[in-house]
Amino acid sequence: MSRAEATVPVHAGDRTFELPLLAFQGSPSTLCKGCGHNSITSALIDACKSLGINPYSTVKLSGIGCSSKTPAYFLNYSHGFNALHGRMPSVATGAALANARLTVVGISGDGDTANIGLGQFKHACRRNLPMVYLVEDNGCYGLTKGQFSATADLGAPLRRASGERNTTAPLDLCLEAIAAGASFVARSFAGDRKQLGTLLRAALAHRGMAFLDIISPCVTFNDFPESHKGWDWAKAHEEPLQELGFVPHFEPIEVEQVEGEATRVRMHDGSWITLRALSHAEHDVTDRASALRLLLESREADEFVTGLLYLDSDRPDFVTEQDLVDRPLALLDDESLRPSREAFEAILAEL
Amino acid sequence: MASVTTAPPAPSARREGSTASRSVNDLAIRVGTVNGSGSQSSNLVLLRALNHMGIPCSGKNIFPSNIEGLPTWFHLRASARGYVAHRQDVSILVCMNEQTAADDIRRVAPGAVVIYRDDFKEDVSGLRDDVRMIAVPFQKLVEEAYPNDGTKSYRETLRKVINMVYVGVVAYVTGIELEAVEHGIRREFPGRKAKAGEVNIRAAQAGFGWAAEHLGSEPFACRVERMDATLGQILVDGNRASALGAVFGGASVMTWYPITPSSSLAEAAEEYFKRTRENGDGRKTFAVVQAEDELAAIGMAVGAGWAGARAITATSGPGISLMTEFVGLAYFAEIPVTIIDVQRMGPSTGLPTRTSQGDILKLHLLGHGDCRHPVLIPGSVKECFELTGEAIDLAQRFQTPVFVATDLDLGMNLWLSEPFPYPTRPLQRGKVLDAVDLQRRGGFGRYRDVDGDGVCYRTLPGTEHPAAAYFTRGTGHNESSGYSERPEDWRRNLDRLTRKLETARAELPRPVIAIEPGAKVGLIAYGSTDPAAIEARDLLRAAGVPVSYCRIRALPAADSVAEFVSKCDRVYVIEQNRDGQLCMLLRATLEGSLDDRLFSITHYNGIPIAAGDIVGPVLDWERNFQEHHIPSAQPSPPDPRGNGEGPVVSTE
Ligand SMILES: Cc1ncc(C[n+]2csc(CCOP(=O)(O)OP(=O)(O)O)c2C)c(N)n1
Ligand code: SF4
Ligand SMILES: [Mg+2]
Repeated sequence: MSRAEATVPVHAGDRTFELPLLAFQGSPSTLCKGCGHNSITSALIDACKSLGINPYSTVKLSGIGCSSKTPAYFLNYSHGFNALHGRMPSVATGAALANARLTVVGISGDGDTANIGLGQFKHACRRNLPMVYLVEDNGCYGLTKGQFSATADLGAPLRRASGERNTTAPLDLCLEAIAAGASFVARSFAGDRKQLGTLLRAALAHRGMAFLDIISPCVTFNDFPESHKGWDWAKAHEEPLQELGFVPHFEPIEVEQVEGEATRVRMHDGSWITLRALSHAEHDVTDRASALRLLLESREADEFVTGLLYLDSDRPDFVTEQDLVDRPLALLDDESLRPSREAFEAILAEL
Repeated sequence: MASVTTAPPAPSARREGSTASRSVNDLAIRVGTVNGSGSQSSNLVLLRALNHMGIPCSGKNIFPSNIEGLPTWFHLRASARGYVAHRQDVSILVCMNEQTAADDIRRVAPGAVVIYRDDFKEDVSGLRDDVRMIAVPFQKLVEEAYPNDGTKSYRETLRKVINMVYVGVVAYVTGIELEAVEHGIRREFPGRKAKAGEVNIRAAQAGFGWAAEHLGSEPFACRVERMDATLGQILVDGNRASALGAVFGGASVMTWYPITPSSSLAEAAEEYFKRTRENGDGRKTFAVVQAEDELAAIGMAVGAGWAGARAITATSGPGISLMTEFVGLAYFAEIPVTIIDVQRMGPSTGLPTRTSQGDILKLHLLGHGDCRHPVLIPGSVKECFELTGEAIDLAQRFQTPVFVATDLDLGMNLWLSEPFPYPTRPLQRGKVLDAVDLQRRGGFGRYRDVDGDGVCYRTLPGTEHPAAAYFTRGTGHNESSGYSERPEDWRRNLDRLTRKLETARAELPRPVIAIEPGAKVGLIAYGSTDPAAIEARDLLRAAGVPVSYCRIRALPAADSVAEFVSKCDRVYVIEQNRDGQLCMLLRATLEGSLDDRLFSITHYNGIPIAAGDIVGPVLDWERNFQEHHIPSAQPSPPDPRGNGEGPVVSTE
């Protein structure tokens, strides 16, 4: 079969159908060659394909930045919305309410989330908004030419002739996400395709806020040897917490149990995540305090810890909590949207 | 934009009739109290009593931005002629707040009745010898009417109930029937509050009884008598009316962030949503979200509108500022969303509890780059209801932000209204293609003007068709929503948006035009200025200046506004903002060299505009024109409809 004819099986509720590969791909990227964001886009396309997510019922939203351009580069068959700088979470909230059947994928950058959008980001976490929220974290503003973002390393030199040093300590977005209430929090690296792929698939299966902070080098403005957001440093220092596996709900459960070491966590939709500790074996991904402690300690120790940091599959999500009728609000007929004349008269009679 | 000529200062002497003369059913009352003291119920009881007696009436709360302890006033008006605008020259002043009593007494018109507490520390009785001063032992009366019942909250309750004593005194002095007062109290204290209601009835009776005993048969000048002008009327504030408009207009997502004076709109909407839009098992056909700020409120509404919901948000000026960027995006990306602005004075700390029409121009042009939006401007509570539903439909039809501009006066004050009609027109969905349509058409271009009206087709996320998806962006785009920086693409798109607005303009609520036969002068007003403008017309006619009247109900203005102006020598544009924002806009946009006929009259102190605020400046201008023989811009053509049989009213 030629590439163009290749199809992908899609799992939409009880239905399975085939869509052309093209449905999962996007327009050619216009980002710099070697930009970490492109790697993440490919990983996301692979994850969507392997899970067979339904592009028709998926929306891809973003803020503003190089990272936020990427929704144009995947899932051709999904509606996309390149919104405002730092405001993707509110648009995602509205879209999720309008149509609770949608799978919401939000793409953001470190500037978009940790600077201008910190408030909306934290409130989306607090609400446990059901979405996948990716930050393509390069420690700088790519699109506006390399200024420091709020995740820039302390002491990092500005990529400009003047080369000032960053005097402000960074925010750790995973720490912020967990503190605010996100129910799935992970950190990964654009250069660790295997781990990233597994985390993306798990995130897509999660019902609730699935937040991923993905270190994604900006080759143009922040990819020098000492940069903690650069390819070389990240490759050399990445310390995966676990060897991760993911078994989607529609596959038979043959969870490969490595003797005494692996744990497995069942997700809301019946999928499983398996974890075999590689470092920090004491960490319990279902324990918020443990996750916070791990992040604080690894930060002190200047460790680049990746993997699944925190998971709570039981916390109700924002949209479910709204107790909406089954049919999406966007598709309700007049009768459902306009109460009866009797109801109207009863209200007027009270005035 | 042309600079605005402002009117000469309003004359200090009021031109309305002296309140000292005898009158029936022409009453204005001012009550000064302390906010948080529970006087609101008492004032509403007076309003309900007048309504019960069939007399057209209105009430206005002039309140501070505070929860407890600052001065607050309530203005109440009864008018046989149906005038409901604000009126400054009251016939009765009630002083319950010593802090403001002396000042209030000094300002009251000669011949007025002043009812005040006899236990003020300062003696105010000598402040005026041209008004009737009545000192009432309120404390004693309330303690007799409501003796200590040993409850913990007794003192607190007493502090509130004392206000019902003045209701009794006012009722006696004006002729409001005690039965009507009792009816009002029962309405204010329904159901579980009935016991408190009885206490309040005793307090009102105490006031009434005291007045009967001490004022005897003294002939008071301003009296009320039963009419039957309010039969079947409802009493409602504009925010509640807008809330009903949203709920019965089929809104499905409402987002908001608390800000006076719009909060009560969202709160009322939520109440009605819960009552009427839950199915049998309690599942909802709506979502209401109190967002973290107005940025998020509008972002959620835009996201919801994009995904197909009928989305609405409500705010006030400072919130509008925060929504600016999203409104600009929604304009370019063409996303339906409805935004209600209950206008108030100034910046965040400005005068949040005072009314204004100061956002009107900003709403019309909100955003960045070239933006223009439909703005609907209700002039009554009934229109708050109707135009809110209308705005939601228009937003869907034209895939764009649509504003509803109300204000604090309309939104938070109670108004009598004929009952609202149940909306029966099917909900308008606009040009939305589903999978079947796409199959038939073989695809679509999101920003392609297929029908030549500037309005394109859209699809909703979730549509199962390979051609359904498109990419929404604020950046330059071509007809198939692809990224484009080509100058011709940008320009073509902007031109189409202009065409779309023109299409919309023809579908917006028409102005209400009343042509006065033989009048050379016109008034243009909008929103909550309407009642004052209507009253001003009568006063001007009586003063020998007949005027025609055009009330604008939407921006961009309809062609009939230009036509109206072209028929007048001079048109006074009356607004509750400093710079005459609408006047500027009309000067810049009305077709046909009409700008030198427009004169701006503005009122901007935060208090609702009164007829006198219009009549004074108009008469001054007119006298000026007579004295200086300033030629009229162009002789008016004879009015074919001018047959001398009263005004011709049309809603073109
Ligand atoms: C309101 C507003 N302010 C500023 C900008 C300019 N701006 C565009 S992208 C950007 C920073 C993006 O940084 P980041 O989110 O880290 O994305 P990256 O380009 O690094 O992927 C800024 C400040 C804007 N688009 N909107
Ligand atoms: S500037 Fe940096 S972030 Fe932007 S595309 Fe280039 S490499 Fe990527
Ligand atoms: Mg960045």
